[in-house]
Amino acid sequence: MSPRAAWRLESLGFTRVFDYAPGKLDWFSAGLPREGAMAGVPTLGTVARRDAMTCRLTEPISEIRARMPSEEVRPCVVVNDQRIVLGLVRTDALKADGQRTAEDVMLSGPVTFRPNVSLEEMASYMEGHGVRQALVTTSDGELLGMASREDVEKRRAGS
Amino acid sequence: MPTTIDRTQLRKLADEGAQLVEVLPHQEYEAEHLPGAINIPLRQLDRTTTAQLDKSRPVIVYCYDYQ
Repeated sequence: MSPRAAWRLESLGFTRVFDYAPGKLDWFSAGLPREGAMAGVPTLGTVARRDAMTCRLTEPISEIRARMPSEEVRPCVVVNDQRIVLGLVRTDALKADGQRTAEDVMLSGPVTFRPNVSLEEMASYMEGHGVRQALVTTSDGELLGMASREDVEKRRAGS
Repeated sequence: MPTTIDRTQLRKLADEGAQLVEVLPHQEYEAEHLPGAINIPLRQLDRTTTAQLDKSRPVIVYCYDYQ
Protein backbone atom coordinates (compact mmCIF):
# COMPACT_ATOMS: atom_id res chain seq x y z
CA MET A 1 0.00 0.00 0.00
CA SER A 2 2.72 2.52 0.88
CA PRO A 3 4.58 2.14 -2.47
CA ARG A 4 1.40 3.18 -4.29
CA ALA A 5 0.95 6.08 -1.90
CA ALA A 6 4.53 7.19 -2.55
CA TRP A 7 4.04 7.11 -6.32
CA ARG A 8 0.74 8.94 -5.98
CA LEU A 9 2.47 11.71 -4.03
CA GLU A 10 5.04 12.04 -6.77
CA SER A 11 2.24 12.36 -9.31
CA LEU A 12 0.91 15.21 -7.18
CA GLY A 13 4.16 17.14 -7.46
CA PHE A 14 6.06 16.01 -4.36
CA THR A 15 9.72 15.55 -5.23
CA ARG A 16 11.22 14.15 -2.02
CA VAL A 17 9.09 11.10 -1.25
CA PHE A 18 10.25 8.19 0.90
CA ASP A 19 8.56 4.87 1.54
CA TYR A 20 9.10 3.32 4.96
CA ALA A 21 8.19 -0.09 3.56
CA PRO A 22 8.70 -2.13 6.77
CA GLY A 23 5.87 -0.02 8.19
CA LYS A 24 4.57 0.40 11.67
CA LEU A 25 4.92 -3.30 12.45
CA ASP A 26 8.69 -2.80 12.19
CA TRP A 27 8.56 0.35 14.31
CA PHE A 28 6.46 -1.18 17.08
CA SER A 29 8.40 -4.43 17.08
CA ALA A 30 11.52 -2.40 17.80
CA GLY A 31 9.85 -1.16 20.98
CA LEU A 32 9.80 2.44 19.78
CA PRO A 33 7.23 5.02 20.98
CA ARG A 34 3.63 4.81 19.84
CA GLU A 35 0.79 7.30 19.72
CA GLY A 36 -2.95 6.62 19.54
CA ALA A 37 -5.79 5.12 21.53
CA MET A 38 -4.00 1.78 22.03
CA ALA A 39 -0.60 3.25 22.75
CA GLY A 40 -1.07 3.03 26.52
CA VAL A 41 -2.13 -0.61 26.54
CA PRO A 42 0.62 -2.68 28.20
CA THR A 43 2.45 -5.09 25.92
CA LEU A 44 5.24 -7.59 26.43
CA GLY A 45 7.77 -4.80 26.03
CA THR A 46 6.17 -2.99 28.95
CA VAL A 47 6.74 -5.84 31.37
CA ALA A 48 10.12 -7.05 30.09
CA ARG A 49 12.83 -6.57 32.68
CA ARG A 50 15.69 -4.64 31.17
CA ASP A 51 18.20 -6.03 33.65
CA ALA A 52 18.31 -9.48 32.10
CA MET A 53 21.63 -11.13 32.82
CA THR A 54 23.88 -11.39 29.76
CA CYS A 55 27.19 -12.99 28.87
CA ARG A 56 29.46 -13.53 25.87
CA LEU A 57 30.06 -16.79 24.02
CA THR A 58 33.51 -17.23 25.55
CA GLU A 59 32.67 -16.52 29.18
CA PRO A 60 33.36 -19.50 31.48
CA ILE A 61 30.39 -20.85 33.42
CA SER A 62 32.31 -20.28 36.68
CA GLU A 63 32.44 -16.54 35.94
CA ILE A 64 28.77 -16.36 35.05
CA ARG A 65 27.92 -18.12 38.31
CA ALA A 66 30.13 -15.68 40.22
CA ARG A 67 28.23 -12.72 38.76
CA MET A 68 24.84 -14.25 39.58
CA PRO A 69 22.94 -12.52 42.39
CA SER A 70 23.11 -14.75 45.46
CA GLU A 71 19.36 -14.70 46.08
CA GLU A 72 18.35 -16.26 42.77
CA VAL A 73 19.71 -18.30 39.91
CA ARG A 74 18.63 -16.78 36.61
CA PRO A 75 19.05 -17.81 33.00
CA CYS A 76 21.76 -15.87 31.19
CA VAL A 77 21.31 -14.49 27.68
CA VAL A 78 24.30 -14.93 25.36
CA VAL A 79 24.77 -11.81 23.25
CA ASN A 80 27.38 -10.29 20.96
CA ASP A 81 28.74 -6.72 20.97
CA GLN A 82 25.56 -5.47 19.30
CA ARG A 83 23.41 -7.18 21.97
CA ILE A 84 22.08 -9.60 19.36
CA VAL A 85 20.80 -12.75 21.04
CA LEU A 86 22.91 -15.78 20.13
CA GLY A 87 21.79 -18.22 22.78
CA LEU A 88 20.51 -18.84 26.27
CA VAL A 89 22.26 -20.49 29.21
CA ARG A 90 19.46 -22.06 31.20
CA THR A 91 19.69 -22.35 34.96
CA ASP A 92 20.31 -26.10 34.85
CA ALA A 93 23.21 -25.55 32.42
CA LEU A 94 24.86 -23.33 35.02
CA LYS A 95 25.57 -26.48 37.04
CA ALA A 96 28.00 -27.61 34.34
CA ASP A 97 31.76 -27.78 34.77
CA GLY A 98 32.92 -24.20 35.48
CA GLN A 99 35.66 -24.41 32.86
CA ARG A 100 33.15 -24.81 30.06
CA THR A 101 32.00 -21.70 28.24
CA ALA A 102 28.59 -20.24 27.58
CA GLU A 103 28.89 -21.38 23.97
CA ASP A 104 29.47 -24.98 25.13
CA VAL A 105 26.28 -25.21 27.16
CA MET A 106 23.91 -22.65 25.64
CA LEU A 107 20.69 -23.34 23.87
CA SER A 108 21.24 -21.94 20.38
CA GLY A 109 18.59 -19.84 18.68
CA PRO A 110 16.16 -19.57 21.58
CA VAL A 111 12.60 -18.50 20.85
CA THR A 112 12.23 -14.74 21.10
CA PHE A 113 9.23 -12.42 21.11
CA ARG A 114 8.65 -8.86 19.92
CA PRO A 115 7.81 -6.11 22.43
CA ASN A 116 4.48 -5.32 20.74
CA VAL A 117 3.02 -8.77 21.51
CA SER A 118 -0.11 -8.38 23.66
CA LEU A 119 -0.04 -9.73 27.21
CA GLU A 120 -3.07 -11.92 26.46
CA GLU A 121 -1.27 -13.50 23.53
CA MET A 122 1.88 -14.00 25.60
CA ALA A 123 0.03 -15.49 28.56
CA SER A 124 -1.75 -17.91 26.27
CA TYR A 125 1.52 -18.97 24.62
CA MET A 126 3.28 -19.40 27.96
CA GLU A 127 0.47 -21.53 29.32
CA GLY A 128 0.16 -23.60 26.15
CA HIS A 129 3.88 -24.27 25.84
CA GLY A 130 4.87 -24.42 29.49
CA VAL A 131 7.14 -21.41 29.08
CA ARG A 132 8.26 -19.58 32.21
CA GLN A 133 10.44 -16.87 30.68
CA ALA A 134 10.19 -14.96 27.41
CA LEU A 135 13.14 -13.33 25.72
CA VAL A 136 12.11 -10.01 24.21
CA THR A 137 14.05 -8.67 21.24
CA THR A 138 13.59 -6.19 18.42
CA SER A 139 12.88 -7.57 14.97
CA ASP A 140 16.63 -7.25 14.36
CA GLY A 141 17.35 -9.63 17.22
CA GLU A 142 18.63 -7.06 19.71
CA LEU A 143 17.91 -7.97 23.31
CA LEU A 144 15.42 -5.69 25.05
CA GLY A 145 14.79 -7.77 28.16
CA MET A 146 13.20 -10.81 29.68
CA ALA A 147 9.65 -11.27 30.93
CA SER A 148 8.56 -13.99 33.33
CA ARG A 149 5.18 -15.63 33.32
CA GLU A 150 4.62 -14.09 36.73
CA ASP A 151 5.37 -10.59 35.36
CA VAL A 152 2.89 -11.12 32.53
CA GLU A 153 0.14 -12.47 34.79
CA LYS A 154 0.62 -9.76 37.40
CA ARG A 155 0.35 -7.01 34.80
CA ARG A 156 -2.71 -8.60 33.24
CA ALA A 157 -4.32 -8.70 36.67
CA GLY A 158 -3.52 -5.01 37.00
CA SER A 159 -1.12 -5.27 39.91
CA MET B 1 11.13 7.74 -8.05
CA PRO B 2 10.27 7.16 -4.37
CA THR B 3 13.09 5.87 -2.19
CA THR B 4 12.54 2.93 0.13
CA ILE B 5 13.98 3.53 3.59
CA ASP B 6 14.49 1.61 6.82
CA ARG B 7 13.91 2.61 10.44
CA THR B 8 17.30 4.26 10.87
CA GLN B 9 16.85 6.40 7.77
CA LEU B 10 13.34 7.32 8.88
CA ARG B 11 14.61 8.64 12.21
CA LYS B 12 17.32 10.66 10.48
CA LEU B 13 14.86 12.19 8.01
CA ALA B 14 12.33 12.90 10.76
CA ASP B 15 15.04 14.73 12.72
CA GLU B 16 15.63 16.83 9.61
CA GLY B 17 11.97 17.81 9.42
CA ALA B 18 10.40 15.14 7.22
CA GLN B 19 6.64 14.80 7.33
CA LEU B 20 5.25 11.40 8.28
CA VAL B 21 2.06 10.17 6.65
CA GLU B 22 0.25 6.96 7.58
CA VAL B 23 -1.82 5.82 4.60
CA LEU B 24 -3.87 3.16 6.39
CA PRO B 25 -7.59 3.66 7.08
CA HIS B 26 -8.50 6.12 9.82
CA GLN B 27 -9.45 3.47 12.42
CA GLU B 28 -6.05 1.84 12.21
CA TYR B 29 -4.33 5.18 12.52
CA GLU B 30 -6.46 6.08 15.54
CA ALA B 31 -5.51 2.86 17.28
CA GLU B 32 -1.74 3.27 16.93
CA HIS B 33 0.62 5.28 14.81
CA LEU B 34 4.16 6.60 14.77
CA PRO B 35 4.79 9.73 16.83
CA GLY B 36 3.98 12.88 14.90
CA ALA B 37 2.41 11.10 11.92
CA ILE B 38 -0.69 12.44 10.23
CA ASN B 39 -3.25 10.26 8.48
CA ILE B 40 -4.20 10.43 4.84
CA PRO B 41 -5.68 7.06 3.80
CA LEU B 42 -4.51 5.88 0.38
CA ARG B 43 -7.98 6.21 -1.12
CA GLN B 44 -8.16 9.83 -0.01
CA LEU B 45 -4.75 10.85 -1.30
CA ASP B 46 -5.41 13.75 -3.68
CA ARG B 47 -4.62 17.43 -4.24
CA THR B 48 -7.02 18.53 -1.52
CA THR B 49 -5.89 16.20 1.26
CA THR B 50 -2.20 16.70 0.53
CA ALA B 51 -2.51 20.49 0.57
CA GLN B 52 -1.62 20.31 4.28
CA LEU B 53 1.82 18.95 3.38
CA ASP B 54 4.83 21.15 2.65
CA LYS B 55 6.24 20.25 -0.76
CA SER B 56 9.63 21.69 0.11
CA ARG B 57 10.16 19.12 2.88
CA PRO B 58 10.59 15.35 2.56
CA VAL B 59 7.47 13.22 2.94
CA ILE B 60 7.62 9.69 4.36
CA VAL B 61 4.69 7.37 3.82
CA TYR B 62 4.10 4.09 5.59
CA CYS B 63 1.43 1.45 6.15
CA TYR B 64 1.45 -1.71 8.31
CA ASP B 65 4.24 -3.71 6.72
CA TYR B 66 5.40 -4.82 3.27
CA GLN B 67 1.82 -5.15 1.99
